[in-house]
Amino acid sequence: MIKVLFFARVRDQVGCSELEVELPDTVSNVGAFTDLLKSRSQACCDALSNPNILVAVNQEMASSQTTVEDGDEVAYFPPVTGG
Amino acid sequence: MDSDQSEQEAIHIRVEPQDFELGVEYERLRERSHTSGAIVVFTGLVRDFNASGALDGIVLEHYPAMTHKSLKAIARKAVSLWGLESVTIVHRVGELRNHDQIVLVGVSATHRAAAFDGARYIMDYLKTEAPFWKKEVTSSGASDWVEAKESDQRARERW
Repeated sequence: MIKVLFFARVRDQVGCSELEVELPDTVSNVGAFTDLLKSRSQACCDALSNPNILVAVNQEMASSQTTVEDGDEVAYFPPVTGG
Repeated sequence: MDSDQSEQEAIHIRVEPQDFELGVEYERLRERSHTSGAIVVFTGLVRDFNASGALDGIVLEHYPAMTHKSLKAIARKAVSLWGLESVTIVHRVGELRNHDQIVLVGVSATHRAAAFDGARYIMDYLKTEAPFWKKEVTSSGASDWVEAKESDQRARERW
């Protein structure tokens, strides 16, 4: 299973803060995993199609090429605005 | 002292809803700074306006499991780049009112140039990499997420 987290505006758009998703054998990186999420709902698709969205795998910033493995935590969020 | 212990001594990070006291944080930093000749402490505050008008506070959300990790990585990098002796980062989360303190970054170094640059480097990276998000509340009670600023991105790219 993959633990998926959404923060800030992305969470508002998706409509939930957390999902558990089964990782298919065919999916091994962030890009493919994001496509899988986008196919689940229109809200997910709209939220994750924004090119500015950032992704972290196991709390480290990731790119679409980053490997995703069973048990990972994948988080999606907008550009940060702290400080 | 092994390297883990010396890093524990050097880098102090807190992410919490409570307010902080500048004087207390400064004294703690000074006590951990045995060879430094300069301390720079920056604090960031909640503004009472944005481009569209008056505000009535903000709500700060973060990604708890990642925040500490991210701030620590930024602090470590600053320590190695500027030869800082000690770093304190305090960042608040939750509901904050106008003029409240949001963030404190304090650094100590042998000379003032490294202390000024180190503090600024940490703030510039914190603003663009640490997983915090601000939601502004307007005086009419409506609220919306703050958009990331290009000027913050440029400030970071300067380094």
